[in-house]
Amino acid sequence: MTIVAIVCVTLIAVGAVLALVRVERGPSMLDRTVGLDVFTAALVGAIAIEAAYSQRVETVPLLVVLSLVGFVSSVTISRFAAVEPQGEGRVRTAEEIAAEDAERMAEQEREREMLRDSDQDGGRPDGVVR
Amino acid sequence: MTAEVVRDVVAAVLLLLGAFLVFVAGLGVARFDTLLGRMHAATKPQVLGLILLLAGVGLRLGSWPTAGMLLLVVIFQLFTAPVAAHMVGRAGFRTGKVDTSKLEIDDLSTDEAAAREAVVVEDSGADGSAPDAATSDSDAPDSAR
Repeated sequence: MTIVAIVCVTLIAVGAVLALVRVERGPSMLDRTVGLDVFTAALVGAIAIEAAYSQRVETVPLLVVLSLVGFVSSVTISRFAAVEPQGEGRVRTAEEIAAEDAERMAEQEREREMLRDSDQDGGRPDGVVR
Repeated sequence: MTAEVVRDVVAAVLLLLGAFLVFVAGLGVARFDTLLGRMHAATKPQVLGLILLLAGVGLRLGSWPTAGMLLLVVIFQLFTAPVAAHMVGRAGFRTGKVDTSKLEIDDLSTDEAAAREAVVVEDSGADGSAPDAATSDSDAPDSAR
């Protein structure tokens, strides 16, 4: 039984990790929802294997609860699913985030610069050609 | 003694099959490239895999109250899994994540087109048949949605 339990837990763990890979990559919210559903199923399977291995029944009510409320998340997410722009759901890399931050900082800096200029010389009168 | 051994062996086979289905589902969800394909893979451990696993658990534990609770789990899952799948599929269809050109049978698009056409016909000839138009007018937008 120990070998069976080890094999089962390995299979379920690999399945759960693959589902989490889809949750991380999934281009849209709905793909992530499907991945989370598979993860919930893997969780139920893991609890079932545990109950079968140790031959104890304390964890069986957990299965009832999980099967009852496991669908709430996917229903909620799909209820509010909207059309996402292309590439919006992608997880960005650290470099991309750094580039966006730098761009935003430069923008703010430019605005501050312009404000300071107009504060000091009070702006140019109309019609002055530079 | 032998009865117990047989019971344990059958339970082990059922548990292995259920765990294998969870693994296959993870593989399919990670590998398939469309939303509907991923949903197809995801349904395997939710119903058949769960039934196999819980049958194994029930055989291994071998007590009737526990078996009743496990049956309850299966019933709840059979009620809730289609609801979730329906919501995800509908949201995917409406937000344009389903490539209708790849579908062999596409009843929803056909029905929507028919309903839209019916609304147009009702609008153009609304004055003539007032009672008919009133009833089907209130129906048509619902079915078109």
